[in-house]
Amino acid sequence: MSTTHTPVAPAPAAPEHLSTPVQAPVRWRGPLTSVALGVFSLVAFGLATPGSYETTFTLATRGDLFQIAPVTVPSRVSAVLLSLVVLAAAAVQVQRARARRRVPVWTHVVVGAAVFLALLVWVMAGREAAMPFTLLLTNALVLAVPLVLGALAGLLCERSGIINIAIEGQLLAGAFLAVVVASTTGNPYAGLLAAPFAGALVGLGLGLFAIRYRVDQIIVGVVLNVLVIGLTNYLFSTVLTNNPQQLNSPPRLPNLPVPLLADIPVLGPVLFDHPLTVYLMYVGVAVLQIMVFRSRWGLRMRAAGEHPKAADTVGINVNRTRLRSTVLGSAVAGLGGAALVSAGLAFTKELTSGKGYIALAAMILGRWSPTGALAASLFFGLADALRRVLNNTGSPIPSELLAMLPYLATIFAVAGLVGRVRPPAAEGVPYPK
Amino acid sequence: MSTTQAPPEPAPAAPAPQPAGPPRRPYLQQVLDSTTATVVTAVFLALLLAAVLVVAADPASQRAAVYLFARPSDFVGAAWNAVFETYSALFRGAVFDYQAVGARRVRPITETMVASVPLMLAGLGLGIGFRSGLFNIGAQGQVLMGAAAGAWVGVALDLPIVLHPVLACVAAVLVGGLWAGIAGFLKARTGASEVIVTIMLNSVALYFVGYLLTTSVLRQPGSTRPISAPVADTAMMPQLLGPQFRLHLGFVVALLAAVAVWWLMERSTLGFRFRAVGANQDAARTAGIKVPTVYVLVMLVAGGLAGLGGAMQILGTDRTFQGSSAGSIGFDAITVALLGRSRPLGTVLAALLFGALRAGSPLMQTSAGTPIDLVLVIQAVIVLLIAAPPLVRELSLVHRLSALLGYDRKEATA
Repeated sequence: MSTTHTPVAPAPAAPEHLSTPVQAPVRWRGPLTSVALGVFSLVAFGLATPGSYETTFTLATRGDLFQIAPVTVPSRVSAVLLSLVVLAAAAVQVQRARARRRVPVWTHVVVGAAVFLALLVWVMAGREAAMPFTLLLTNALVLAVPLVLGALAGLLCERSGIINIAIEGQLLAGAFLAVVVASTTGNPYAGLLAAPFAGALVGLGLGLFAIRYRVDQIIVGVVLNVLVIGLTNYLFSTVLTNNPQQLNSPPRLPNLPVPLLADIPVLGPVLFDHPLTVYLMYVGVAVLQIMVFRSRWGLRMRAAGEHPKAADTVGINVNRTRLRSTVLGSAVAGLGGAALVSAGLAFTKELTSGKGYIALAAMILGRWSPTGALAASLFFGLADALRRVLNNTGSPIPSELLAMLPYLATIFAVAGLVGRVRPPAAEGVPYPK
Repeated sequence: MSTTQAPPEPAPAAPAPQPAGPPRRPYLQQVLDSTTATVVTAVFLALLLAAVLVVAADPASQRAAVYLFARPSDFVGAAWNAVFETYSALFRGAVFDYQAVGARRVRPITETMVASVPLMLAGLGLGIGFRSGLFNIGAQGQVLMGAAAGAWVGVALDLPIVLHPVLACVAAVLVGGLWAGIAGFLKARTGASEVIVTIMLNSVALYFVGYLLTTSVLRQPGSTRPISAPVADTAMMPQLLGPQFRLHLGFVVALLAAVAVWWLMERSTLGFRFRAVGANQDAARTAGIKVPTVYVLVMLVAGGLAGLGGAMQILGTDRTFQGSSAGSIGFDAITVALLGRSRPLGTVLAALLFGALRAGSPLMQTSAGTPIDLVLVIQAVIVLLIAAPPLVRELSLVHRLSALLGYDRKEATA
């Protein structure tokens, strides 16, 4: 399937048959990936499981109004059925692809969800421990929030033409300031308010060096990360450790359950019983999805990132647009840092531990779009949450391999093995005026 | 304007305040063009900024700052004390310990050499990549994989004294090279950005090594901690100055590697191809150079050197391997290569400077109470400043500071 490596849009390669109508090539990659996933799930999760095994899911959380009893299912039969669902959705995809029609999004969702459920069934098959299903999804969402905000930051910068490798540093700076401000004021919302400024400051540095001095943006990003790590480590070891009571014991950001919605079983606790950061993330994704692709502001930003000369010709100040996008995006990443410590975590050295790079990966996998970033971040959050659950219960998959998943997925994505991703055309290229 | 059909080539229309560099890799050009004076000023400014941090975190200075206007001499004295203690401890830890007796007085300088070995090797590899137009951010992963491979050979195999370290180094070079080669191969075959792939490979390497440390492949038998058994005596690098010092043969190997890299890049046909691709890959392709092959080869060489650096850390000093063995060598090596302007001699000197910072920082922490992390700040600021020579000029003249943010406005009116 991957014999041709056309770098740009695939063109119909049939110049000798000019008489026949030109047809777009069939896009086999997506459907075949789904078929492969379905077969893998059928064999590995379904047929390989002994028939006598059972899997238990707990759906209720502690605070639920209606306690739902745990569900126990026969492992093999459920995994096989789920795999058949995957194969059915894959069949729809194959049929659509052959007809050269657009493959509907819901089939991808069905494939992903069913494979994931089959994995859960297999992982817990024949074990005493139950899979805390609702808790898993809740944790996944909470873990995804910093990633989503970091990925939004990355895409705001990159859509305008500035590569933001410094997401890690922006998250870290945001988390640091959030902790310090929340601790000194005793108000977690003050920390939430302050964090974007720390991120924006790092973004200002990125913009300054990238735009004014035209330093290579990748290098600035990497070095800014080192700088922020060094600064926060230094301040942590001196100022914060000298006075941990006042400076490094932030209060927890309280949960704000949405009335009525939060009482829905399973969905309620997963989606609507969270601190403010999660709701900000919902709003951020929705607003940016509209603003980036449907507003004049977004068009100008994307023009600066795709074709700065054209943007300049129609009167857009490219460098100012880039600087504003970079600072705004970095402020969003700073908010992500606050989300990272929203559970009332004390600051520690290198608290972010590579989350900025995962956010970068989520942005790439999400193809530089807010909803895509959300989906990719949820995927990574889910992998992380599952890793934590399995750490407690023990599992057939080594947790290190699960932790690798986001990075491997990104490598596959940028290498075009699961569908090519294309960055903004002019990113990383300074625009000397 | 004029008839420019290719977008990356900027037409020399507007008289820019600073000369508009080449369009694609202005940074590398700037680094290569930067003068020694810029580097020295950058180092000085970084130390100055770090001094401010030291004073800001110093309790005595903080107390004196409260009545700064009443008695400024107190504050100045306290600040001077804090800064002097920090930097003199750094000097004693890294160069010459005038408070020690006997041979221990020169031990610090050998420690600096020891610390610079992995930085030098990894930095040399990165320099080759930078000059060939490849941003290899993945030295960290390559160092880690090389260290793991070296440690495995050192522990698992039973070999005679000379052969053992040689084989361990060869394994490290191969594994590090192949690890980087993944990124080179993917860039050559599919055009995947080497920046993203190497960043991701860093994390993959960390978890992969972490996984190996939970299995019998690397974990010490009978231990539950994720740490390898100590490397066999036969595999250790020979000590150069006896057991009192830790200086090992790896330092000589690193210097030889620098000479080899110089020969490769300046004298060999292969190096010419590397540089041609770095300077202009379209022209290189037109001239018949196989650009994809160069990508793969560059990454193999760079990763091999980084892997060797990782092995030196194990076979020269650490003896045991664990997930944190690579420390921050890979990221420090990026700053080393940049500070050394990607040239072998510059990289050697930069590695010695950053090696000195690494070697001196523990004493700085214990003796002056200044956390090790100050070194990270110094490194980052140095590299940021040499990246932007105009900034160094502006800082040294102080004027135009107010214009920092009015950049676009000023240019628009010009």
